[in-house]
Amino acid sequence: MSEKVRARVKELLDSGRIRGFLGLRKANGHIGPHLFRESGELEGLVVGDRERPGDARYPLNKQLITLARCHPQESFGVLVRGCDERGLKTLFTWNQLDPAKVVAVGIACPPELAEACECLKPYPDDFVEGEKVEGSTFVSVATVDAMDLRSRLAHWLAEFSKCVKCYGCRDICPMCFCKECSLEQEDLIHTGDLPPENPIFHLTRAVHMAGRCIDCGLCNEACPADIPLRTLYKKVADIIAQEFDYRPGYVKPGEKPPLNILGETPKK
Amino acid sequence: MDYRTVLTTCAYCGCGCGLYLEVLDGRLIDTIPCKTASVNEGKLCVKGWNIHEFVHSPNRLTRPLMRKNGTLAEVSWDEALDFTAGRLREIKEKHGSDSLAFLASAKVTNEENYLIQKFARAAVGTNNVDHCARL
Repeated sequence: MSEKVRARVKELLDSGRIRGFLGLRKANGHIGPHLFRESGELEGLVVGDRERPGDARYPLNKQLITLARCHPQESFGVLVRGCDERGLKTLFTWNQLDPAKVVAVGIACPPELAEACECLKPYPDDFVEGEKVEGSTFVSVATVDAMDLRSRLAHWLAEFSKCVKCYGCRDICPMCFCKECSLEQEDLIHTGDLPPENPIFHLTRAVHMAGRCIDCGLCNEACPADIPLRTLYKKVADIIAQEFDYRPGYVKPGEKPPLNILGETPKK
Repeated sequence: MDYRTVLTTCAYCGCGCGLYLEVLDGRLIDTIPCKTASVNEGKLCVKGWNIHEFVHSPNRLTRPLMRKNGTLAEVSWDEALDFTAGRLREIKEKHGSDSLAFLASAKVTNEENYLIQKFARAAVGTNNVDHCARL
């Protein structure tokens, strides 16, 4: 997979529609993010499958925000999977990126990856490569929900107790664009504590991801302690969907996240 | 506009985690763990995540400093080295070679670590050599 992506990016670069394409490149035996500036470079472009589909994904939207902030007049292309597209839509809603300056080139995820991610929509609206496969349900959430309250609390406290407070979940998150982070607010968390306050540290982040997390799973992959953060944020997303009929990345243009609206009652 | 990601190895300890440094218009702006690095597989510790910060840090020493009359003052390399060599010799002569110890670093190259242990053993005559990753 990547031939059709390359062809599409070549077209975009050669026509001058975009100034650069933020994608993934294999170089020196490793796969990492790269800004392709000329079509001659595209031979090294890959979609992030090394040994397994999607095992070398990166928060390209986060890097896109950085680029766009410093070069607001330029248009950039970006490689997107279903989750990345949900990210783009949500970032447009939060005014972090200008839709007129972003050209997404989509790929659909293979069944193996879609299933491992328990992804609701493992394909972007438009894609140039890959086959559309049906979304999965949140099996991991159902498993935790099946526990009684006491066991569930014990489960999460045990998971959170493994935290080494690297802030990797926040640092890798393409939706973490705040200039001041809740996790560093003395009023919310005893910031000097190591290990971090349990469960306040992780619940603060979980609440902050409500209406924002687009379920890309990069936090889970970046966690050195293997805390199942993705399951936690999936649950938070389910609650928001249930209470407000809203799921980040599935929004209609212009629709605001429910937690940004003051004074309104839930839709339900 | 110049944006690039540079594959490198974390310099904070001896583990050797693979990471990309993000460079925008000539300045290091961020760190991304390398997903395909076999040592860390896309993970980093809190130090590794912030390693881009020390390169441009205003607190970084760029010239030798010596404390004179209680305050640190910039001096030339010759003055700093002469003073250090003189004091090391004095201490060695007065208290013996094993009164000195040498602390190497996981942050420098193998060759530089080789040199400091060689200096400790051959020039000063002590086996008191350790490194920062054991602190």
